[in-house]
Amino acid sequence: MKSAELAVIGGGPAGLCAAVSAAKSGAKVLIIDKNKKLGGQLIKQTHMFFGSEKQYASVRGIDIPDILVNELYKYKENVEIITEAAVVGMYEDGIITVLEKEENYFKLAPEAVVVATGAYEKALSFPNNDLPGIYGAGAVQTLMNVHGVKPGNKVLMVGAGNIGLIVSYQLMQAGVEVKAILDAASKIGGYLVHASKIRRMGVPILTSHTVKEAIGKDFLEKAVICEVDERFNPIDGTERVFDVDVMCISVGLAPLNELLAMRGCEMKYIPKLSGIVPVRNENYETTVENLFAAGDAAGVEEASAAMVEGYLAGLCAAAKIGYMPKDFSDRKNDYVNQLKNLRSGPAGKHISEGIKQIIGR
Amino acid sequence: MRIEEHPILKFNKGRKITFTFNGQIMDGYEGETIAAALHANDVKVLGKSLFKHRPRGFYCAVGNCSSCLMTVDGAANVKTCVTDLEEGMTVQTQEGKGVIL
Repeated sequence: MKSAELAVIGGGPAGLCAAVSAAKSGAKVLIIDKNKKLGGQLIKQTHMFFGSEKQYASVRGIDIPDILVNELYKYKENVEIITEAAVVGMYEDGIITVLEKEENYFKLAPEAVVVATGAYEKALSFPNNDLPGIYGAGAVQTLMNVHGVKPGNKVLMVGAGNIGLIVSYQLMQAGVEVKAILDAASKIGGYLVHASKIRRMGVPILTSHTVKEAIGKDFLEKAVICEVDERFNPIDGTERVFDVDVMCISVGLAPLNELLAMRGCEMKYIPKLSGIVPVRNENYETTVENLFAAGDAAGVEEASAAMVEGYLAGLCAAAKIGYMPKDFSDRKNDYVNQLKNLRSGPAGKHISEGIKQIIGR
Repeated sequence: MRIEEHPILKFNKGRKITFTFNGQIMDGYEGETIAAALHANDVKVLGKSLFKHRPRGFYCAVGNCSSCLMTVDGAANVKTCVTDLEEGMTVQTQEGKGVIL
């Protein structure tokens, strides 16, 4: 059995920051990530980040993993990284099981764990929603920005939140035509700065609209959309047909944290945090001692907040197993204040209300 | 359908390699996934659903959804959206659940 002081599951923005923070405090950290490259979903984010300098504002998402990995390198004697490895189980006795490269199966007994497994894209139900050509918006971003492959020629984007708006813009950067962006809500959910940029490029953003059905034999050929009333019921006679070969579903994310539920953490359904999330204390420790959660796995927010949550959870997890740095309070207060600032806008208010519902002990 | 020019990104493609899809020879690049290479060759249908035999395509790109499972070099249920393409690979659409070798 492999031993480790602190295991960090997931090497995205939250996990990398948790590892940096804990290694800086002196803990021996093992990062386990299922992908070949660290960075999680940052590796496809070509847009510049908001927030403040501490969360890499004005830096493109794709450039942040290297910055964080360089930071990790400063504490390289404290850090071990296993990539292409999926954590497949977490057990009552604290044992974690890992499957590396689909063939090497091993056990791990860490003293503490930070689960930073991120989120998954929600789906939308309508007739023929399983046709090839209908993708998660994040998948299209991976295909374009990581592999340099276009998803098709004409796109209908479903969802006018930040991901829908940003991916629409990135599709146009890749030379793909975006026919329209829909959202069932009566208002655009994403930042106005993104929406305005897209409107200036001539793409209609149709609020109070949904997908009625997809049409196609082997793959998507047409999409039928319609208006919805204030209770989201389709309004007859408002149907319109779009000739599209791509539909992107961007209707939000949900926390990906089955490992926490499996291990027996108390979980709660909190709509303001986009789904089922662990009950935790202010140090991001769950109801299972020495088991921490950070980033979207602890409640869907965005990458800047995920990074700060990672720093905070890593600091507290390391302290819990004996690595209490002299400047613990200063560091903790800094992270707490950064989170407070990030959550000062209207979207942040929503998140803060959600968090109030899961802070226990 | 590859992106030729991009205002922000430069795609440093690996070596050009060949593979087969249901017996047909295709080109791809080292370092990209099997599903990305198939997509670049305009292959949209990666498989059929188990019971109703409906077409299945690329969906999540992160190895979560199982929509891209194919038989690769004889091994069934390979997640082609997260598995790298290799020179000479034999990629096939899969009938049914697949068998463990």
